[in-house]
Amino acid sequence: MAVDEHLLNLAGLDALESVLGKAPSRWSRVWAMTWPKLGALGLFLAGWQLIVWAGWKPEYVLPGPAKVLPRLWELLFVGEFWRAVGITMRRALAGYAVAVVIGSLLGISIARTRIVRSAIGAMITGLQTMPSIAWFPLAIALFQISERAIMFVVVLGAAPSIANGLVSGVDHVPPLLLRAGRMVGARGVGLYRHVILPAALPGFVGGLKQGWAFAWRSLMAGELIVIVGNKPSIGSRLDFARQFSDSELLIAWMLVILTIGIIIDAAFTKADLTLRRRWGLIDNATR
Amino acid sequence: MTTVAAPVGIDDPITGAAIALRSVSKAFGHGADAVVALDGIDLAVGRGEFVCVVGASGCGKSTALNLMAGLDRPTLGEVEVDGRPALMFQEAALFPWLDVVDNVALPMRLKGVGKGERRGRASELLDKVHLGGQGHRRPHELSGGMRQRVALARSLAQDADILLMDEPFGALDAMTRDLLHDELESVWSGSGLTVVFVTHNVREAARLADRIVLLTSRPGRVAATFEVEIPRPRRIDSPEVSGLAAKVTDRLREEVRRHGSR
Repeated sequence: MAVDEHLLNLAGLDALESVLGKAPSRWSRVWAMTWPKLGALGLFLAGWQLIVWAGWKPEYVLPGPAKVLPRLWELLFVGEFWRAVGITMRRALAGYAVAVVIGSLLGISIARTRIVRSAIGAMITGLQTMPSIAWFPLAIALFQISERAIMFVVVLGAAPSIANGLVSGVDHVPPLLLRAGRMVGARGVGLYRHVILPAALPGFVGGLKQGWAFAWRSLMAGELIVIVGNKPSIGSRLDFARQFSDSELLIAWMLVILTIGIIIDAAFTKADLTLRRRWGLIDNATR
Repeated sequence: MTTVAAPVGIDDPITGAAIALRSVSKAFGHGADAVVALDGIDLAVGRGEFVCVVGASGCGKSTALNLMAGLDRPTLGEVEVDGRPALMFQEAALFPWLDVVDNVALPMRLKGVGKGERRGRASELLDKVHLGGQGHRRPHELSGGMRQRVALARSLAQDADILLMDEPFGALDAMTRDLLHDELESVWSGSGLTVVFVTHNVREAARLADRIVLLTSRPGRVAATFEVEIPRPRRIDSPEVSGLAAKVTDRLREEVRRHGSR
């Protein structure tokens, strides 16, 4: 057979068999991700307004969206609002960053060494089920009413999920990839760096996302309990509104918390989707 | 079945061979539950030779490859491999987080070859398997046949001089398989590569091999060897290849029948 003919056959077959990447346009993807959220928001507001109209509670206890949303809008132009959000977000990110480092180190040592796994593997999962608010009495005893008490609980809340995500990611690395990795000469640390950790990434991203949810919840609980002087935060503003029986302000702040949660969740979902698309995991899932 | 056909091709004692198995046995498990996968195999593969190992399922073909690859040790006997083996599987086993070039370049990266050099060399290897210009793509964007060609390039990137292939085209359709036979032959010919190619497809063996080694099942023994003297390039549908395949198939049936009557 002539070489040219072979080449021609090969090229034709490659073209026939290749997966044609028909990526939807950027806007349609954004829209596909956004409209269910907008729809749910609309339903939520409608249900809320219905409950208020039903007169279940007096309006000064449970105000409707028509009262709350203007208050929220006003808040956006107050410097104190942004200062409070800034302090809360700084705490969240710092605590989360520490949790990622500790959780990753823990996860690697559990995944790598059998002894560590049998010693603390189950305990890490147990820690995950521990409500973070139950840590606060101890945290306050250890660190008084301080930033460190909040940090302590946020890290304890998030690190186990991150560690568990990494462990399950490592445990689910396909054996074939391990064999292939060994065959191309990856051993020891090299095998971890170039094969096991990248292969564990989807599980790890899941753990990171769950870890964030735990960190955020722990932080909100912490800010309600541990109110550090002269440091306005979302939690302390919420508590402030409750003390003054200002339900409109209270609910406005709750909406702020919800919004931040949704935005960050969307970021994680986007990261997860991007990863899966690059790895070709989406095609397999939807086929 | 007391006498086993001695391997021909290389004079005894086996010297100068790329791979030599001497009275190799491999059992899995212990005591009464032990399964004997290989039972006293003698096999020599010469440098630059293309050997196909065929047999019914359960004849220990893959076990033999694992021994040659150094992934496993024999229970008895000696395995001598003079060279650097690379193993290819039925699945391409590419790394989904790397694009095609980086998949091929990974063996070099693990050896500490610089980025520019290893990417350049990876591109050359991709050209060799006719995948030039596809380096930026991800494994999942390729067809099964293209993935196996990337896996072949990755094996070559290990500076391997012995290619151990475990039914590498078993999962592909016949059309793609035919083209990959041409591809593999063109990579192999004149390269000095030693190839041990395990398959259950007798025609494929007749199409590719210098020598076909037929293994029996449970326990795996060398039942026969066939020198293939059909001139290259060959076609899988040529009368010579079909004739030889029929001969090998007859012998294989004989083995299977003997197994059934026992």
